[in-house]
Amino acid sequence: MKNMSQYKVEMPVQDPLVRNKNFEEVALGYTPEMAMEEAARCLGCKHRPCVEGCPVSVQIPDFIARVAEGDFAGAYRVIRQTNALPAVCGRVCPQESQCESRCVRGIKGEPVAIGRLERFVADWARENLTGEEVPPVFNGHRVAVIGAGPAGLTCAGELAKLGYGVTIFEALHTPGGVLSYGIPEFRLPKYIVAKEVEGLQKLGVEIRTNMVIGRVESVDELMDEGYEAVFIGSGAGLPSFMGIEGEALSGVYSANEYLTRVNLMKAYREGYDTPIRRSRSTIVVGGGNVAMDAARCAKRLGAEVTVVYRRSEEEMPARREEIHHAKEEKVQFRLLCNPVRILDDGNGNVRAVECIEMQLGEPDASGRRRPEPVAGSEFLIEADTVIMALGTSPNPLLHRTTPGITVNRRGCIIANEATMATEKAGVYAGGDAVTGAATVILAMGAGKTAAASIHEYLSQK
Amino acid sequence: MYRIAYKKDLNEQVTLMKIEAPLIAKKARPGQFIIFRIDEYGERVPLTIADTDPEAGTVTIIFQKVGLSTNLLGSMNAGDSILDFVGPLGAATDLDGIKKAAVIGGGVGCAIAYPTAKALYQAGAEVDMIAGFRSEDLVIIREEMEAASSRFFLCTDDGSAGRKGFVTDQLRELLEQGEQYDAVFAIGPVPMMKFVSLLTKEWGVRTIVSLNPIMIDGTGMCGGCRVTVGGQVKFACVDGPDFDGHQVDFDELMKRNGIYREQEQEENRCLDCRMQRLADELIRR
Ligand SMILES: Cc1cc2nc3c(=O)[nH]c(=O)nc-3n(C[C@H](O)[C@H](O)[C@H](O)COP(=O)(O)OP(=O)(O)OC[C@H]3O[C@@H](n4cnc5c(N)ncnc54)[C@H](O)[C@@H]3O)c2cc1C
Ligand SMILES: Cc1cc2nc3c(=O)[nH]c(=O)nc-3n(C[C@H](O)[C@H](O)[C@H](O)COP(=O)(O)OP(=O)(O)OC[C@H]3O[C@@H](n4cnc5c(N)ncnc54)[C@H](O)[C@@H]3O)c2cc1C
Ligand code: SF4
Ligand code: SF4
Ligand code: FES
Repeated sequence: MKNMSQYKVEMPVQDPLVRNKNFEEVALGYTPEMAMEEAARCLGCKHRPCVEGCPVSVQIPDFIARVAEGDFAGAYRVIRQTNALPAVCGRVCPQESQCESRCVRGIKGEPVAIGRLERFVADWARENLTGEEVPPVFNGHRVAVIGAGPAGLTCAGELAKLGYGVTIFEALHTPGGVLSYGIPEFRLPKYIVAKEVEGLQKLGVEIRTNMVIGRVESVDELMDEGYEAVFIGSGAGLPSFMGIEGEALSGVYSANEYLTRVNLMKAYREGYDTPIRRSRSTIVVGGGNVAMDAARCAKRLGAEVTVVYRRSEEEMPARREEIHHAKEEKVQFRLLCNPVRILDDGNGNVRAVECIEMQLGEPDASGRRRPEPVAGSEFLIEADTVIMALGTSPNPLLHRTTPGITVNRRGCIIANEATMATEKAGVYAGGDAVTGAATVILAMGAGKTAAASIHEYLSQK
Repeated sequence: MYRIAYKKDLNEQVTLMKIEAPLIAKKARPGQFIIFRIDEYGERVPLTIADTDPEAGTVTIIFQKVGLSTNLLGSMNAGDSILDFVGPLGAATDLDGIKKAAVIGGGVGCAIAYPTAKALYQAGAEVDMIAGFRSEDLVIIREEMEAASSRFFLCTDDGSAGRKGFVTDQLRELLEQGEQYDAVFAIGPVPMMKFVSLLTKEWGVRTIVSLNPIMIDGTGMCGGCRVTVGGQVKFACVDGPDFDGHQVDFDELMKRNGIYREQEQEENRCLDCRMQRLADELIRR
């Protein structure tokens, strides 16, 4: 029997005023009953529009049909055919602009909660299925993967399943890329990331942390050591600043630094050594997922938090759900407003931020209306901490140390879109390193495409 | 895991360790640094590579026990292991075309200056090494510095060893005597680097300093290490740590390095319990 409700089955969440003081996961997930009830909303459309909205083509109606029947293991097998990290994607994909945006049920009412169902199935599988992976027989070829983010992990997993000997080289001390250092615990618990990484290790993938490629070894040296192909999935970690007065004051962080201190170094947890500023009042500049994550971390660490964004809410690039959660948690928003300078307390610390009001003018190259300052509208917001979440670009280290690789104007590695091959033979690249800051699922898609190309290249060699 | 192969206390505050890290030992060049993390709870802390032994596969670090992490590391012994040790990070010091140089170290900064002096001296350059300490009991790696320089000048603030006075006094004297340097390298506490740079600016001598802002990743990902050089923002972990001393905003660096001072003082109060936890952890390993 179909469930014809216009609304998604609600997913239980922690109370906003409780969760804004802890780092536990916000969303609690469906129970099996809720999942089956929600799955019954899917019409199993023959033309499968939702699948086209998913960058890795998860066979959505097929897995949902199995959830509706209570066959969760079967549902998991369907998802795993095309998606290596469903527990992650179900949590962090911007479903409203991907799979769910195409759902027929969304025309009248809410779309099917594809993300929530995917998350449910993956979590169920983690708890209930064990020891499925058996390392395949080594086919004699070795491949190096640089960066243990979603792109690198996916590429490594695909190649390992085909029998390749894969080594991942990761600069930080923990694998996961942004999943480990950027996205906070309350949105993506780190044991989930660790579990996915463990799954790869069971497939025979070797992960070497503390290896900054370009410094300790170059790409060419890896190839000389017998890696026949290299995949670069080094992400886009280089933070931008505004270039305004006062950005060097103590208390001004890039979102990357703030989130790294909190998530990777666990500054929020008792017993960890890494310090973080104990703020009373924090301003976060930006409107993306990164800004929301930084704001919600600062809130949990006890600050009054204001997000300052130069356009209106409609233009905010963050996932709707994150904005909604931030508001529920009492994060304040000053929209159409931009910082012009940061004021010193006389000792080199942040005292306040001077902002100016903005109005939207003509659309710019990105199609969004360009924000323009309103003359004479400057005002002060008191704060002791400022977090700049203005976007990131790829780190130049790899292309500078790898002759034969080229980058575009924005510093992104140039790779063939269909194959992910760079201009250097045997070297492939994908994820944020190629696209600039994008999404987890796109990075995974690129890793998967590259794995297929590497397989083809090495099979012909 | 990275094993401590050798440990020696150089004085009460300063310790030398050799860490087994063969890939870094093979690759490191003067001026580069590592980041270590002791255990799961530890912070990431940068230290300059003081020396390497590619054959033995070890990297030498010399550090001053100033706060929590350096005290914890100093409490460990040969045979113990630390969890993370990553490098070589940063750009190597540019020693091209330098025929005659003054290399100046202040305190534990001597350990950082030493590899630069050694590399220059081995490449055939004339090297005047000026080492400054507060007093005789704090003097470290004296023989090593002597062996890596044409002339060695020791200064102490209180005159208990070498000449009484600051390294800048010695340098001024040499410049007044007409010494012509292709470059001056100054490495030590921020005020020392600042005053050396002010002096050499008067004399128009190119000066390279090695900056020590607070860092986390050391790969250019966080921007925490940013410094202002010639009015521009630079990330010390990738663009440096060496910079033109005449362009650096030292006052800003000093303020930024103080950001966690209060928290660090609190942390040091619980140093004992933290040490106990590390000791337990080491036994379990
Ligand atoms: C705070 C934050 C929140 C986000 N929220 C979302 C979200 O909700 N949904 C979503 O879809 N996307 C989100 N994104 C974007 C998403 O995380 C990224 O698009 C995705 O992680 C890119 O994957 P990647 O594998 O290309 O790179 P990364 O995840 O950046 O991984 C790159 C890895 O390479 C390593 N590396 C870099 N250089 C070297 C080197 N020289 N040698 C060795 N290793 C190296 C890095 O240390 C890192 O571990 C968010 C991003 C951030 C920062
Ligand atoms: C590239 C680089 C190379 C370095 N090389 C060496 C070296 O070879 N030997 C050595 O002894 N030290 C070196 N340092 C300094 C060393 O990293 C700091 O002393 C260390 O971080 C202190 O950590 P802690 O936890 O023991 O002390 P904390 O408790 O963190 O700090 C104690 C005191 O030291 C100050 N401090 C904190 N971080 C720094 C810093 N990065 N620089 C200066 N003062 C700081 C604090 O303000 C505080 O007053 C280097 C720093 C950098 C950035
Ligand atoms: S992977 Fe992401 S886009 Fe694809 S179905 Fe799952 S949630 Fe939707
Ligand atoms: S479009 Fe919606 S209703 Fe149709 S199959 Fe996909 S998820 Fe089900
Ligand atoms: S330490 Fe993070 S960018 Fe330099």
